[in-house]
Amino acid sequence: MSDIEWEMVIGLEVHCELQTTTKLFCGCRNAFGDEPNVNICPTCLGLPGSLPVLNEQAVEFAMRIGAALHCDIRPSEFSRKNYFYPDQAKDYQISQYDLPLNANGWLELPDGFRVGVTRAHMEEDTGKLTHIGASGRINAALHALVDYNRSGVPLVEIVSEPDIRTAGQARAYASELRGILVATGASDGRMEEGSMRVDANVSVRPVGTDAFGTRCEIKNLNSLRSLVRAIEYEATRQIALVESGGTVVQETRHWDESAGRTDSMRSKEEANDYRYFPEPDLVPLAPDAAWQEKVRTGLGAMPADRRSVLVSGLGGTPTDAEKDQIHAVVDLGLDGLVTAAAETGVPVTLALARAANEAAAQSEAALRLDPETFASTLMLESGGQLSATQSKAVLGALLERGGGDPAVIAKEMGFEALSSDTLGAVLDEIIAAHTEEWARFLDGEDKLMGFFTREVMQATAGKANGKEVAAELRSRGG
Amino acid sequence: MRETATTLAAQVRSGERSARDVVEEALAAVASDDGDLNAFLSLLEDEARAGADAVDAAVAAGRDPGSLAGVPVALKDNLCTRGAVTTCGSKILEGWRPPYDATVVDLLRRAGAIALGKTNMDEFAMGSSTENSAFGATRNPRHTGKVPGGSSGGSAAAVAAGFTPLALGSDTGGSIRQPAALCGVVGMKPTYGRVSRYGLVAFASSLDQIGPFAATVEDAALLFDVLAGYDPLDSTSLPSVPEPTLATLHEGVEGIRVGLCRDLVDGCAADVVARVQEAADALAGAGARVEDVSVPEFGYGLSAYYLIAPAEASSNLARYDGVRYGLRVDAEDVASMNTATRTAGFGAEVKRRIMLGTYALSAGYYDAYYAQAQRVRTLVMQAFDRAYSSYDVLLGATAPTTAFDVGAKVDVPMAMYVNDVCTIPSNLSGHPAVSVPFGTGADGLPVGVQVLAPALQEALLFRVAQVVEAFAP
Repeated sequence: MSDIEWEMVIGLEVHCELQTTTKLFCGCRNAFGDEPNVNICPTCLGLPGSLPVLNEQAVEFAMRIGAALHCDIRPSEFSRKNYFYPDQAKDYQISQYDLPLNANGWLELPDGFRVGVTRAHMEEDTGKLTHIGASGRINAALHALVDYNRSGVPLVEIVSEPDIRTAGQARAYASELRGILVATGASDGRMEEGSMRVDANVSVRPVGTDAFGTRCEIKNLNSLRSLVRAIEYEATRQIALVESGGTVVQETRHWDESAGRTDSMRSKEEANDYRYFPEPDLVPLAPDAAWQEKVRTGLGAMPADRRSVLVSGLGGTPTDAEKDQIHAVVDLGLDGLVTAAAETGVPVTLALARAANEAAAQSEAALRLDPETFASTLMLESGGQLSATQSKAVLGALLERGGGDPAVIAKEMGFEALSSDTLGAVLDEIIAAHTEEWARFLDGEDKLMGFFTREVMQATAGKANGKEVAAELRSRGG
Repeated sequence: MRETATTLAAQVRSGERSARDVVEEALAAVASDDGDLNAFLSLLEDEARAGADAVDAAVAAGRDPGSLAGVPVALKDNLCTRGAVTTCGSKILEGWRPPYDATVVDLLRRAGAIALGKTNMDEFAMGSSTENSAFGATRNPRHTGKVPGGSSGGSAAAVAAGFTPLALGSDTGGSIRQPAALCGVVGMKPTYGRVSRYGLVAFASSLDQIGPFAATVEDAALLFDVLAGYDPLDSTSLPSVPEPTLATLHEGVEGIRVGLCRDLVDGCAADVVARVQEAADALAGAGARVEDVSVPEFGYGLSAYYLIAPAEASSNLARYDGVRYGLRVDAEDVASMNTATRTAGFGAEVKRRIMLGTYALSAGYYDAYYAQAQRVRTLVMQAFDRAYSSYDVLLGATAPTTAFDVGAKVDVPMAMYVNDVCTIPSNLSGHPAVSVPFGTGADGLPVGVQVLAPALQEALLFRVAQVVEAFAP
């Protein structure tokens, strides 16, 4: 065993698909999940004679990402990255090389640690290969199917500085970046659908040294969990290798999720010389100051700002559990529900809890839910017209139905307030059981109003209407 | 067919002659005489007849049939024609039918022109003799033992033979002007970006430009006016609205400053030098102020071109990999299939240039070759700017010699490349230039005189060319 204490040096390369209406260089629809090869044209198929025309919306989205990552937005140009691969319609990819659109930015993790962003450049996606054969890997496939729907979909590749030191930080970076991408509206950031893809450059070095070790690039990280596992595996592998007298070879490695290990891919990669040169079919891209200003000022609040809003709403000192809820709610983009509810008078703690649990459980539907509907449901709960259990049930029904009137739904579900006769009878029983408190109440001890209201709610499983209970108590002389 | 496009269009527009009759005559001429020449790789007979009938119907109905009504046009086979085979003179694209029309093909149709067929060319426009075609060489109609020049040799021959009054070619290093000179017709390369490249199968994207062939300068101007204009499908297309060049065609050269560019004359054969001097004298006689000018930077053009063009070609031609269209030679895995397909599908010259270009872009060599060539290109552009600060147009030879024998240079790449020495500077700078027939050489074969003009000065270019043509022996 060696006494050396090691640290990881990690840089992440994140590809995100922009959710533009059309592809980067042609008018084909940019859509996920369509039948294969329906969103194609001469340009994205790379047919002879076709030419690329840059999508203005894609540039706008890429600039939003650059602005959100505090990058300089600079005069840029497109280059060709030349390599043969069947999913690559032209056998070159139009990308940005030495002159990227966005450079020199940073991303701040929730704990305040800043990771440098080297660049965030535009490029086109490739088609998608499906290997038919034993292992699903290209070398062993019997044949392959190519779907060019994804060919030419706009991507932004965000390259971090090698500032990350732990797998946890890498996870926090990817997670925060995902939130930022979604907040800009540029990307949906879905790792599981491949619209956000993370590659990790990992090396190790003895703590206290400055020189970088030889790095390996890890691909095929399809979730944040994979990212963490792969980095930890790879660092452990490299440390073991070095400690046993070996050397790390710079290479690309494939993360095997089921086996929980990385495997060398270098047989395919090592010979690549991409022969970048400026793309002669496109003109340089240099967004003017006015356009940049429009993008910067049009940028909505980023996740960090939105978390601060919720923290302030809680009086500035959230519990750890509340911090987790705030993260979850902002990550899912559900903080708008919380702030809307808080504005109508719903306690922030309640709104946060319902958003982080019930709404988050159906986050897709929750994003479509009218914030006012969410707020009025929680008003019924905080006003006592609905019990917590009933409120959750009504919320669940609203999310399933895609909206509605919470009062009407509550009625349908039998959560209607009691009739005044029934209420009177219930109250009679409670007074009989708490004669001492009732006497004090009649003597003017007003805070007992709350006590009797709670008792009524409990006795009626929340069906009583809070306002009616109050009215009844007053009418009896309280 | 010896009528000019101008005459034919007027006859068809007035109803004096039917477009169908014009097309039938052209098809008959090709059927009878193209066997020896091999100008056409394929004919668009059905489409041409249908197009002609549509023009005739428009005339009969009193609708405007367009400025090129009923005029047959030959298309170089690197221009995409919807549903019609487009080969680029290569086995790798044999039988390929594009699902779309090039913008210029669309513009021709709207102007009432009739696309008659697709013409032979050096494979992927790489060559200066049309001998590098996978489908046999084209012969020069003026002398069938001679090459027609290239790479647009089929288009030049089609016009020279009288099959069609007009043709389209593409010019990357002289591929319109040099065959025009060797076949004794007018051939013009527009300003880069003036004519859309959409649907032109790329050879070297930053140099390629589509342009007209015609028997007369007036016809070339007529065709150019149809082709010129902004196309949103081509990002390098220029947004400015072109002035019609026909309007000023006959305004003469009184007071025009002509620089007789020694660098585009002195290395040429004596008979070519003599014709260029006579053309210069003719211009002076017509009122132009003619002076000798030296632009030594042009001497570096050829070397720069033979790095830039192959570099871009090596990338542009990567897509012919057997995966999606064209030839596929099966093999045990994808990489072997790519290699087998490209080995079988490309000819020797294409392979040579792909290798040259790949090398020029390779890590460690990029700066010494590609980047250096781009710096030379900038130098050539600056040299043009300097020359145009003193002269309105430049004059020179188009090709160093008249048409050479079939087979004479096909195995000597450098000898072939030197054919482009006078035409390449305009491709590097993106400026327009035109070759105008001006007499013959000692062998009785045509000589072309080249007029060069600044960017977007096509009207001036044609105006000067018109005078050169008027004084041609």
